[in-house]
Amino acid sequence: MENASLSPFKEIDFPTPGQMVRRQMLRHWGFMFGGIVLVLIVALALLAPVLAPHDPYHQDLSRRVINPIWHEDGTWEHPLGTDNLGRDYLSRLMYGARISLLIGVAAMLIAGVIGTTMGVAAGYFGGRVDMVINAIITTRLALPIMLVALAVVALVGGSLEIVILVLGLMIWNRFALVMRASTQQLRSMDYVSAAKAAGCSTLRILLTEVLPNILNNLIVVATLEVTRAILIEAALSFLGMGVQPPLPSWGLMVSEAKEFMLFSPWMITIPGMAIFILVLSINLLGDGIRDVTAPESR
Amino acid sequence: MLVYTLKRLVLAVVVAVTVSFISFMILNLSGDPAAALAGADATPEEIRFIREKYGLDRPILVQYADWARRAVAGDFGESPYFNQPVKDLIGGRIGVTMTLGVCAFVFAICLAIPLGVIAAIRPNTWIDRLALTISVLGQAMPNFFTGLLLIIVLGVMLRLLPISGSSTWKHFIMPAIALGYYAVPSLMRLTRTGMLEVLSSDYIRTARAKGLRSFPVLFKHALRNAIIPMVSLAFVQFGYMLGGAFVIEIVFAVQGVGFLAVRSIERTDLPVVQAIVLLFSAIYVLMTLFSDLLNAFLDPRIRAK
Repeated sequence: MENASLSPFKEIDFPTPGQMVRRQMLRHWGFMFGGIVLVLIVALALLAPVLAPHDPYHQDLSRRVINPIWHEDGTWEHPLGTDNLGRDYLSRLMYGARISLLIGVAAMLIAGVIGTTMGVAAGYFGGRVDMVINAIITTRLALPIMLVALAVVALVGGSLEIVILVLGLMIWNRFALVMRASTQQLRSMDYVSAAKAAGCSTLRILLTEVLPNILNNLIVVATLEVTRAILIEAALSFLGMGVQPPLPSWGLMVSEAKEFMLFSPWMITIPGMAIFILVLSINLLGDGIRDVTAPESR
Repeated sequence: MLVYTLKRLVLAVVVAVTVSFISFMILNLSGDPAAALAGADATPEEIRFIREKYGLDRPILVQYADWARRAVAGDFGESPYFNQPVKDLIGGRIGVTMTLGVCAFVFAICLAIPLGVIAAIRPNTWIDRLALTISVLGQAMPNFFTGLLLIIVLGVMLRLLPISGSSTWKHFIMPAIALGYYAVPSLMRLTRTGMLEVLSSDYIRTARAKGLRSFPVLFKHALRNAIIPMVSLAFVQFGYMLGGAFVIEIVFAVQGVGFLAVRSIERTDLPVVQAIVLLFSAIYVLMTLFSDLLNAFLDPRIRAK
């Protein structure tokens, strides 16, 4: 203790880069808000079997279209009411979060592997490889992705796996573009040249020198793509050509509620708001990560 | 400029052909088109009959070559469902979709540019934050949900606007808003960054120093320069918007190409779906081509590359 007090630097706090990033994140309103909301949604989704008041698939025709609790005739037994088949809306909403999260993350992972591989290869090797990959990206951008996804899911038959696969195979373009640009910037860095001179294999350079340095951008793109997959799944299911009933996909819930729009608009607004809040929280989180780790790309 | 234009044109054609090939393959290999056309309770003989009638028993490459050859001549075959040429089906509806697209686009521009300009004039104030918040919130709304909310509030509760169909101009207001707002955030952010950059430049300072009032400085000097990168993004956004219009067309029962596309997918009316996918890709390719050429025209440095 006495030794320490002799040091003139005692009062000065030298934060490590990691600490600085963490402190900035804690002060970032959007990051914290998005993070907390997202953690809540993930918790609700994971704990759905424990927390959900009812079985989300249990139909009870004597309890059809019960109003939610903020209506005069609402009951605490069904806080968010019941749908046209008498299924508890809150329980379906909680299980629906699992579908959105699963599809968003899984499709993002598939797209991330494809897009990052292509982008890094194009950016690192340049030349002919870059030209070919660029052509592939341009072609992909020219495909009306929603329409093609809709057609493929309709032709193959909608299921969770098919939706994930089709989305994953289609939304890799932003990964590829961003990773290509980031890798191009890194290619001529001294530490990459040093690794080359030291005789490292290309794979090793890509994995240990390039990848860690584009990780921040990768994470930001990943959050964007999770929300894109969630929004597209919702739209596909809304059109009846995504996840199939009786799964409680939020997009499907909106679709099933369409005919009750006149008298029970809450049946649309509840799952719709759920999609909105989930996407908003992930977007805020992504924006926060971008602001803190790469403020110049804002 | 001529060399650049030719290069871009060739590239556009190559992309269009590749896309047509890929979409043809995806659509034809995703299932058995003949069985889908025949219906769920068709006998094997009926399926075989349909397969032969529409030439679906030929090798897939031959089918594509045949389809592409006719498509170049403007013949997209006949719809098995309507028993009408696909060309007529689409031709009768493309006007509606274009009208919707243009309305949505005008709405997006009218909202995005003023918001972006205001945000740039007063950066980091509550106005700037409000504009940013609007754009963040807007990006998180699924467009079919926006559409349904508009129907519930403006159509059902306030009874201001008709909720479905496409017969009068009033029918286009809500679909245009629901389709257009999604392009607002990106257009607004670009306007804001562009304006911020231009406003800090020397010639704006000169204009101000000469004693010009701030209004003409903003609109005559600054916005005109800030808007150049916007124009090219706008073209691409327009193509992108048309590609997503079908969800909105379904929500509002707007009888356009997108509506036809979704219904045709439901009926596995493949010739129609193929033609519409090709149409939307072609529009996107054209828009990107326009935007590239316009960029090169406005900025000579791009041409040299």
